[in-house]
Amino acid sequence: MPENPQPTAADSGAGAPDDVARVEAVMAEPVSRGEPILSVRNLVKHFPLTQGIVFRRQVGAVRAVDGVSFDLHQGETLGIVGESGCGKSTVAKLLMNLERPTAGEVLYKGEDITRLSGRALKAVRRNIQMVFQDPYTSLNPRMTVGDIIGEPFDIHPDVAPRGDRRRKVQELLDVVGLNPEYINRYPHQFSGGQRQRIGIARGLALNPEIIICDEPVSALDVSVQAQVINLMEKLQDEFNLSYMFIAHDLSVVRHISDRVAVMYLGKVVEVGTDQEIYEHPTHPYTQALLSAVPVPDPSGRDQRERIVLTGDVPSPANPPSGCRFRTRCWKAEERCAAEIPLLAVPERFKDSDTPAAHESACHFAEEKDVVHA
Amino acid sequence: MSMLTKTGDASSRGGAGESSTAPLLEVRDLHVEFHTRDGVAKAVNGVTYDVSAGETLAVLGESGSGKSVTAQAIMGILDMPPGKISQGEILFRGRDMLRMSGEERRKIRGQKIAMIFQDALSALNPVLSVGYQLGEMFRVHQGASRKEAKAKAIELMDRVRIPAARQRVGDFPHQFSGGMRQRIMIAMALALEPDLIIADEPTTALDVTVQAQVMELLAELQNEYQMGLILITHDLGVVADVADKIAVMYAGRIVETAPVQDIYRRPAHPYTKGLLESIPRLDRKGQELYAIKGLPPNLLHIPPGCAFNPRCPRAQDVCRADVPPLHPVTEQDGTELPGRGSACHFWKETLDA
Repeated sequence: MPENPQPTAADSGAGAPDDVARVEAVMAEPVSRGEPILSVRNLVKHFPLTQGIVFRRQVGAVRAVDGVSFDLHQGETLGIVGESGCGKSTVAKLLMNLERPTAGEVLYKGEDITRLSGRALKAVRRNIQMVFQDPYTSLNPRMTVGDIIGEPFDIHPDVAPRGDRRRKVQELLDVVGLNPEYINRYPHQFSGGQRQRIGIARGLALNPEIIICDEPVSALDVSVQAQVINLMEKLQDEFNLSYMFIAHDLSVVRHISDRVAVMYLGKVVEVGTDQEIYEHPTHPYTQALLSAVPVPDPSGRDQRERIVLTGDVPSPANPPSGCRFRTRCWKAEERCAAEIPLLAVPERFKDSDTPAAHESACHFAEEKDVVHA
Repeated sequence: MSMLTKTGDASSRGGAGESSTAPLLEVRDLHVEFHTRDGVAKAVNGVTYDVSAGETLAVLGESGSGKSVTAQAIMGILDMPPGKISQGEILFRGRDMLRMSGEERRKIRGQKIAMIFQDALSALNPVLSVGYQLGEMFRVHQGASRKEAKAKAIELMDRVRIPAARQRVGDFPHQFSGGMRQRIMIAMALALEPDLIIADEPTTALDVTVQAQVMELLAELQNEYQMGLILITHDLGVVADVADKIAVMYAGRIVETAPVQDIYRRPAHPYTKGLLESIPRLDRKGQELYAIKGLPPNLLHIPPGCAFNPRCPRAQDVCRADVPPLHPVTEQDGTELPGRGSACHFWKETLDA
């Protein structure tokens, strides 16, 4: 990489120049086998609630993300599910460093990216890209497809030399299944599914290692959803990508994910392989969530047992004490209000070899047969 | 706080076949087009369906298939112009609503046929309290006083199980959560105990746990009042849960009709089959999903013949030339399958594939 002779203002926060060089070196290295490519440790994000105009004082905080930890391995897909407002999109923004966390760390290849800024951060961002939910608002209507997909090259000119960009963009269009001759068209000339392909091409432009997908198919029609999911799986095999796949459609998450984390009110309540979560859920919230999913098969619909939760998700500005799910939980006892359950393999399953032995944050974790998504 | 419930019981759902009277609502050969600068967009091209009291008809289709436009035509809230009903009739209890005067239709709208809209936040007026909006139904249609209307609004909010209705009747839509707002929409539709409710994607904007609450409430109320329900949706899961019969729409036409149990087991149209196969399923984990190739057609230029032919794996020359009528679907030996129809030249082959 050519050295920049004139350090810009933004660089000053990055610390000593050798620090930058070190980070850049780390980023270029392949991740060692068995090590997670991304580890999140006790991530916390509180948005302050303030009162007053001249004398602003903080009166509280929305605890959007409150102590989230997980690992992501190379070539793996981690699904994150949960209701709206549970903090899944905030986690995505924290991983992209679009928001600074209140506490906790995001380790990418062992480097805490929440402390980086300037050039070091730029080097990290090249490897972590994002695909957004709504392909109608995430593409600039005044830019051509070529400009949109080529824009990452303006920011990271070392990836594609100037003369080579058009060819690169056309290659990317071909990879995502669009006609390379569409390079001069505008987003409005495409359908929803095609636009999402453009968003994916933009995410791929810098050859990232991790792609964070925030509800990538929920704005699409059913028949087009399958096309985009297939494309994403194909690209994962081809480029050995790691996905973080955020969605509220549980059957889509199950199809694409190797492991799944379930979030509720800013916390991960259960995490495990897709089989463990969908076939052997032990947390009551996961069980309720799964049983609420309508099954596209009418046979036996009248016999189906369904857990219907009452009420709404409590406000994250004032979450319940102890277990956050206790206000809607049918198992709740006094202990749940007093003690915060830790995310760990439940005691009773600890030594057994059953699929129920996975991390679940409930005092009374047990298996319950629910209808599967 | 939560409860375990069985969703409905068999006896409550079988209301469809019992009524021997004529259907509540019949749509016959309805055509709707929109005149735009670029030409005539044919949104609905000959839709025929009917609903009886206590019955749930699910209209399934992707965006642009004409399912919502049909509903708007039934309600009489289609923007005309640019919209135009060029052909067809909509019979409510045997009377064609398209020939009624504006005043007559207004009496039916709200009182006899009501609608639940998809996005409750934009369907409710943000500057009026929910109590005022609910009470409006009673003031306008029944000439109730403000005080009476407010009392009835509280009663309605209680009925759709909004907690602390008396305290919340003066609140504004933004003060309610998404699920609660949808309950208010349902309360509004129920206000005058209509015979028929049209629900246009009532739970699409909601989370699954809230969706389950709302659908359960709707089923319960429908059962209580023996209402007909037209449920417009693109979610195959929701349909399987609540519908009695299904009409699948594509490019403004009904391509398949069937009772709910049959269609999931043996679809008779390649489009329905493709939709069902593109749902991620357990046994296909790790494999490629089946995807219907291509895109839904532009309504300005619907392909000649069967509108699905450019995307269809079975398409032959006949599909590009002749528009298939809705064939009655039978077993190979000719045994009738009641209520089933498929607008495909090759429905026989599709049924047994």
